Amino acid sequence: MPPNQALSQEEIVQRIKDRFGNAVTGAGAHGGQSHVVVKREEIIPILTFLKNDRELQFDFLADVTIVDHLYLEVPDLPERFAVVYSLASMGCGHRFRVKAAVPESDPRLDSACALWKAALWGEREAHDMFGIEFTGNPDLRRLLMPADYNGFPLRKDYPLRGRGERESFQQYRRGAD
Amino acid sequence: MGNVLENLNPDSFTKDTVFINSLENLINLTRANSVWPLTFGLACCAIEMMATGASKYDIDRFGSGPFRATPRQADLMIVAGTVTHKMAPRVKRLYDMMPEPKYVLAMGGCVIRGGPYVKYGYHVVKGVDLIVPVDVYVPGCPPRPEALLEGIFKIQKLMMREKIGDRARKSTKPEVYQPA
Repeated sequence: MPPNQALSQEEIVQRIKDRFGNAVTGAGAHGGQSHVVVKREEIIPILTFLKNDRELQFDFLADVTIVDHLYLEVPDLPERFAVVYSLASMGCGHRFRVKAAVPESDPRLDSACALWKAALWGEREAHDMFGIEFTGNPDLRRLLMPADYNGFPLRKDYPLRGRGERESFQQYRRGAD
Repeated sequence: MGNVLENLNPDSFTKDTVFINSLENLINLTRANSVWPLTFGLACCAIEMMATGASKYDIDRFGSGPFRATPRQADLMIVAGTVTHKMAPRVKRLYDMMPEPKYVLAMGGCVIRGGPYVKYGYHVVKGVDLIVPVDVYVPGCPPRPEALLEGIFKIQKLMMREKIGDRARKSTKPEVYQPA
C-alpha cells in the first residue's frame, strides 16, 4: 500500500486489534468515526504505535477530553471516566479516537505529552475539569479555573446549586464601614 | 479715552461675564465633564462599549472620550462583560489601583447579577458588586450605546455631588478575594 493514503475506520480498528489484542476491551462508532476502548496501562504503547506507524501516521493530537459515565451504563466501559484522545493524521487525512478507561477510585493516566506537545494543555484542562491526574505531565496546574478553586466542575456529581450563589457573599457598599 | 472700566455698564458686566459659584462646584463641573474611563472589556458588552466610543454614538460629545490604558489615569471603571472567578482578583486589583475619587459602572446583566450564568454558572461571579462598590447599574444583554450614555450621565450627576472635604471616601474592601 502506498504511504499517505487514508485508511477506513475499520482498517484502523483492525490494525490496533492485531497489534494490541489483549489491551483492547471494546470498540464502537459514533458520527461516522470509530473508537477503541483500551486498558489504561497500555495507553502510551498504543498511542506511540498510532503516531509512529508508517500507514497510520497520527501526527496531530486534536483534543484530550473526558467522559463521565456516572449516570451512563456503557457495556464495554465499566469504569467511571473515559479519557478520549482525538487523533488526526495530516499526511493521510484520517481521524480516530482512543478511549482509556479510568476508575474513580484511582484517577490516574500516563501523560501523552512526550508524543504530542498539544497534550500539555489538553491534559491540564482535563485535569482542571475532571480531576484526572496525568502522571508525567510536567506542568499539571489548573488551566481555566483559579488555582485555589475547590472541586472539579464538570464532574457529574458537582452540585448545581449551593456553591457560589450571590447570597453567600458579602456585598460591598461605599461608605458603609 | 479715559479709564476702560468707566465705559462699562456694571450691570451687564456682572450679568454676562462674571459667574460666581463655589470652588467645589467648579471642580465638580470640570471633573464631571472630563470623565476618563478605564479601557477594560471582558466580554461582548465591551463591543457595545466600543460602539459607544466610536463615531456613531460618540461618547466624546459628553467629555468622556479618552479611554485610559492605565488605571492610574482613570476615574471611571466601566465593567463590561462577564466577570469570572479567575478574573475577579484582577478586577479588584485594577479598582484598587485607581486614584480617588473613582466610580464604577456595572454594564450588562452578567456584571449586575451573573446574567445567564446566575443559576448554574460555576465560574461566574454573581455580580461585580461583590468585589467592588458599584455606583450605576446599566441593565441589558448587552445594553445599547444609548443606555451606556445614560449611565455615564448618571455618573456625571454623582460627580456633581462630590464634596471637597470628603475626598478620600471610605469604601469597605475585602481582605482577600475568596472564590466559591
